[in-house]
Amino acid sequence: MDKPYGLLAELTYSCPLQCGYCSNPLQLDDYRDELSAEEWKRVFTEAAGLGVLQLHLSGGEPLQRHDIVDLVQCASQLGLYTNLITSGLGLSTRRAEQLRDAGLDHVQLSIQADEQAASDHIAGTISFQRKQVAARLVKKLGWPLTLNVVLHRQNIDRIGGIIGMAEAMEADRVELANTQYAGWAGPNQPELLPTEDQLARAEVVVNEARERLGDRMEIIYVIPDYYSEYPKPCMDGWASRQFTVVPNGEALPCPAAHELARGLGLPPANVRDHSLEWIWEKSPLFQQFRGDAWMPDPCRSCERKEIDFGGCRCQAFALTGDASRTDPVCHLSPDHGLVEAAVAAANHPLRPAPGPLIPRPQLGRTKRAVAPAPKGIPVALSSTVLKDK
Amino acid sequence: MRWSRVLETIDDAWRPRLAPHVRMVFNTARGEYALLSPETVWAINPTGASIVELCDSRRTVGEIVSELRSRYEHVADDDVRHFVAELVTKHGMEIDHG
Repeated sequence: MDKPYGLLAELTYSCPLQCGYCSNPLQLDDYRDELSAEEWKRVFTEAAGLGVLQLHLSGGEPLQRHDIVDLVQCASQLGLYTNLITSGLGLSTRRAEQLRDAGLDHVQLSIQADEQAASDHIAGTISFQRKQVAARLVKKLGWPLTLNVVLHRQNIDRIGGIIGMAEAMEADRVELANTQYAGWAGPNQPELLPTEDQLARAEVVVNEARERLGDRMEIIYVIPDYYSEYPKPCMDGWASRQFTVVPNGEALPCPAAHELARGLGLPPANVRDHSLEWIWEKSPLFQQFRGDAWMPDPCRSCERKEIDFGGCRCQAFALTGDASRTDPVCHLSPDHGLVEAAVAAANHPLRPAPGPLIPRPQLGRTKRAVAPAPKGIPVALSSTVLKDK
Repeated sequence: MRWSRVLETIDDAWRPRLAPHVRMVFNTARGEYALLSPETVWAINPTGASIVELCDSRRTVGEIVSELRSRYEHVADDDVRHFVAELVTKHGMEIDHG
């Protein structure tokens, strides 16, 4: 068993944004009993001892944690490479300077589109201008800047403008990944999955930009796996290279495994009850899909099982209700019809005009506060998500 | 492949250095060296670590090869070039030309 290289620390699910593709779980209220700063510091210390080198501080919005500077300082002193994954809201000049002094290594800033109205609409919050200010601040303080624009049906046609915006910000990297249909993106999948034509156009733009920009800016572009022949090598294999700790201390082998972990009925692997070493090496949840002994056919006898590890366990669970099935994205999967149906629906010529996304609720950090109910217009849940099993 | 394009053009007069936001660490839990950059880890072997230590923006690729030859018995001509070319392609290293 290898040791983990990366830890994704989801410090809080509180967030001022309401993106309909958010990967956070639908049951946000279940994660309000957040780990304290002291508990996180113990987690970071144990993670470094286990071999973790990269720490991704995320959420929700990690800047909602008032102790973020303290947490960064601790991680930095442990020698971890610290990445802040932020919406940019809450990154004041003073806060940014404190984070730099605390040793923060890199900032990944999200933005929803290259134009104010579109970006604010997708974020469900007036945020575009503040994100522009945050980007300038990151560069001014000398950090490497990754601009992250999650792509989907409602913004992928703007990809040329998005790349132009990243250039103007002097981003070092721009991450343009189509959303995975986990968390809030699950029920929103029909409104998020782009058409084949959209993807074909986007690819031309990306290739031209890569040719033009050369080494100046790294462009990471990821198509929706629904359009791939084979599944992606999710997490490089279950509990193989990295893991996630969510706000209430539960450890997950994949950032989208909340529902799956509960669905398996295994005892939770919580850092409040166990050491990270035990969780990584011995917990039933982390052992469940490690290696290839769990694989059914067609994976078990497939020559690609060392390449894609059977694909995404969370996707298999979300689409079929059984986390141990082959990822339905794979054209060899017996459940591939589910993905084909979603793709056919996305490309149907008589498909109605784009509908609204179910917004992720805007969650504050006060434990007693009740999360506002999603205000969105109810949208029919995708049949692929609700597939009976 | 861009990788081979860089390799073809690599020159012994280049002076490589780590990119500003990349650092090398020794990972005690694994007993191996690694280069860390934004959201990326490159595990490297001890020879790679020796190369990185010599990539100080003063030494040329040619000088790094001779320096390594004085320390180790088997240093193939292309080892350093391959290593530097790959890291340049991946934005882990930068170079001063000539």
